[in-house]
Amino acid sequence: MGSHTVIPFGPQHPVLPEPVHLDLELEDEKVIRAIPSIGYVHRGLEKLVEKRQFTEYVYVAERICGICSFGHGWGYCKAVEGNMNIEVPPRARYLRTIWHELSRLHSHLLWLGLLADGMGFESLFMNAWRLREQILDIFEATTGGRVIFSVCKVGGVRRDIDNSTLRGISQKLLDMRAELKRVTDTFFEEPTAVSRLRGVGVLSREKAQDLCCVGPMARASGIPLDIRMVDTDGAYQDLNFQPCLSNDGDCYARCRVRVDELFTSIDLIRQAVEKIPEGDLSVPVKGNPAGEFFTRIEQPRGEALYYVKGNGTKYLDRMRVRTPTNINIPALVQTLQGCDFADVPMLILTIDPCISCTER
Amino acid sequence: MSYLHFARTILSSLFKKPATRNYPAVPRKYPEITRGKIVMNIENCIFCGMCMRKCPADAITVTRAQKKWEINPFSCIQCGCCVETCPKKCLSMQQQYTQPAPQKSEEVFYARVPDHPADSRNSKPAGK
Repeated sequence: MGSHTVIPFGPQHPVLPEPVHLDLELEDEKVIRAIPSIGYVHRGLEKLVEKRQFTEYVYVAERICGICSFGHGWGYCKAVEGNMNIEVPPRARYLRTIWHELSRLHSHLLWLGLLADGMGFESLFMNAWRLREQILDIFEATTGGRVIFSVCKVGGVRRDIDNSTLRGISQKLLDMRAELKRVTDTFFEEPTAVSRLRGVGVLSREKAQDLCCVGPMARASGIPLDIRMVDTDGAYQDLNFQPCLSNDGDCYARCRVRVDELFTSIDLIRQAVEKIPEGDLSVPVKGNPAGEFFTRIEQPRGEALYYVKGNGTKYLDRMRVRTPTNINIPALVQTLQGCDFADVPMLILTIDPCISCTER
Repeated sequence: MSYLHFARTILSSLFKKPATRNYPAVPRKYPEITRGKIVMNIENCIFCGMCMRKCPADAITVTRAQKKWEINPFSCIQCGCCVETCPKKCLSMQQQYTQPAPQKSEEVFYARVPDHPADSRNSKPAGK
């Protein structure tokens, strides 16, 4: 036949957690071109930096996204601290690392649930989210919030976790490991799940490099890009870990990388709990930021960039976030070309789209 | 690869207690530090307006002349910034969240002045 059909996909679609719209140009059942468009949840949070004092803006920065909220708060604080040459106390650096890695656990478990839901595996979806609930309980007991923590501030953290609670968290995560392994192995052992993932949406290493992929998307194509390896603000330099890699570049590899990262995060938290030093939680902030500063952190979805520009007053001139999903969308469009129409949900889900971060 | 891989999880779920709670018959126990709702103890308030200036959501309005402190609980983002800032420590966090309501109303508090009619209005939602 060979007739072209354009199918609109999203922004409201059962498999999509976030509002992204794609115009899929089909030839029979094959996608030959995909045109993405975003812009459904823009809230103007970057502009709000001109109206809020730089110390209070961290609460707004956290609300850029509900899933990577701690990372955004930390990224903003890191940028302002770099701008003002503030040295964060070691205990605060460790606590930030622990909360950030717990956020990664919660984000990846949420994503695994969504992936299972996308392929119609409802009980696996429920089980992934049941495990995620235990992480949310840890958050609520240590920060007072389930997804928005409000514990990070410019110069350190607002709240301490006492050492016995930290050891309790470490033990809880250790107890969780076996069950986590049993649930996540289903993605790699169950033939129905594997058939939806294996060989679907292959992104070669060269293509991933050309399209500047970040995060698990890049690591699944064999690019060892993990900002935690070069991080100096968190506790990562004192901890022992390797980025999780795969060379296949398909949906299976992207799932594998994220599942491996769950276990790496548990190891990192356990190491951090062992090594956490005593000391102050924050340093007083004197003066106002002036000049520009760039920094980056490894969010659960990949590398995020933070830029602040101060003018010597309490209000910043500009704050900019470059989010991982924004960078991974070209790779998504690339993998969609030539795929089956039925695989489109898997491809969109495996970049782990976070459109609310992307649009802010 | 085996079709039976997930069977163990499914079978054990048949004999385990549910992972969910029978809400609202079994209410949720909140941790001590849960940030639910801002509570005001107007007795100690000096109407300095620090909370109003620090609030990232513009949820608090302090009118010094009338000795009036009001909060829009539906705008509040429960960051706890005002609780931390308050010089007299008259603000605190309650574990329970703001109850749902058909209308977005504000909570208004007035300073207690002896024989002042405003006293009777304390803690009542102002409504529309």
